[in-house]
Amino acid sequence: MVTKSLHKRESELANSKRQLEILSNGIFRSGDLPKFADKIAETNQFPLKTKKIEILQINVGYMCNQVCDHCHVDAGPDRKEIMTKETMLQCLEVIKKTGAHTLDLTGGAPEMNPNFRWFVDEASKVGIKDFIVRSNLTILKSNKKFADLPEFFKSHNVHVVSSMPHWTRGKTDKQRGTGVFDQSIEALKDLNAIGYGMPNSNLRLDLVYNPSGAFLPGNQYALEKDFKKALIEDFNIQFHNLFAITNLPISRFLDYLLASDNYEDYMYSLVEAYNPTAVKNVMCTNTLSVSWDGFLYDCDFNQMLELPINSKIKHISDYNEEALLNRDIVISQHCYGCTAGAGSSCQGSVA
Amino acid sequence: MQKTYYDPADLKKFGKISDWNQELGKKFFDYYAKVFEEGALSEREKSLIALAVAHTIQCPYCIDAYTGDGLQRGITKEEMMEALHVAAAIRGGASLVHGVQMMNKVNKLDM
Repeated sequence: MVTKSLHKRESELANSKRQLEILSNGIFRSGDLPKFADKIAETNQFPLKTKKIEILQINVGYMCNQVCDHCHVDAGPDRKEIMTKETMLQCLEVIKKTGAHTLDLTGGAPEMNPNFRWFVDEASKVGIKDFIVRSNLTILKSNKKFADLPEFFKSHNVHVVSSMPHWTRGKTDKQRGTGVFDQSIEALKDLNAIGYGMPNSNLRLDLVYNPSGAFLPGNQYALEKDFKKALIEDFNIQFHNLFAITNLPISRFLDYLLASDNYEDYMYSLVEAYNPTAVKNVMCTNTLSVSWDGFLYDCDFNQMLELPINSKIKHISDYNEEALLNRDIVISQHCYGCTAGAGSSCQGSVA
Repeated sequence: MQKTYYDPADLKKFGKISDWNQELGKKFFDYYAKVFEEGALSEREKSLIALAVAHTIQCPYCIDAYTGDGLQRGITKEEMMEALHVAAAIRGGASLVHGVQMMNKVNKLDM
């Protein structure tokens, strides 16, 4: 179990250029596996184009109370990249005029941004249809100052999306750290107690499942059934939907794949599971990702790889939704993670 | 010619069995896919049975395939190991239960 981010450890994989080199060399340079651009060209899907922006995903900072083995953000307590109030004000201007139906706040642990509550307060006034906060659950139990967050979420009708890699303690703690499972269960009980995740409740509580190793997620619907059965039987906990998300081979998960000698097999399994139908609905086609410092990306993964959008508009302060339409999406071999099997996005399967 | 009988990469070529007999290959793979669909048993239960049988018949391809399949389905290592012990118990029991035949024979022949 790691305790520090790749950045803090000064790992070569903290450098996004190094990650992109790895993803373009070896089995992809030798031609053993096709590059993503060539693969989508086989089905006339190159270049991959954006559609209307429906989801605005804002990363309010890379600081997190956890250091998960698979984290694509390389988040942790030692990360200092935090969105300023000035950038949040620029985001609010965009939220007011966007045609997107979903606002999705992520991190790190978004709650650790000192202006988080103010930002949620202001953003919720705009009346966007679906207002998501990605909460890791343990943050709600980590410090007294976060204990009232479930009530805060409820008062702003926030849709809570939380990570839960397994319904057993062993597999959860292995990926996310000792004690994470018990704290997550307590946080879910708190959320249930005020109506989150209950049948027919408007207070949405969805869980995110990431595989705890070098394998792909199984069928999302079947996993959801297993999660629901186990959580209700063991803890009387309820939730709405499960999003099964594939781990993309970047950042700490790439570090794990390389260190455990699983990288090549994992890339083979992603390419073998390539599904052209999933390509049609990958999240970069309808999502715009905003980084802690206000720059724009096709997705949170490209943000971490420092691959900016292919547009003259690079920053939230210059936002123009019309001008951002119909862009060529910036791709590399990590994109195979979103097109394997039933596909993968921040909203789960796409095919 | 490869130096070992088994190559993990061969598992990915399983489908090529159909190349030399399309009709039977297709029937087999259609049947195989149907068997593993959810029915009276869940796909998860079938995956665990497959894992136990894989160990009983000692098929490295099947062990590889159904260990990976189990992980994808969220099956825990504790569940996998219990399934294997069921296979081992039946396999061991199958040897031992023949001891009754031995005992019958000894009882008949021995004075």
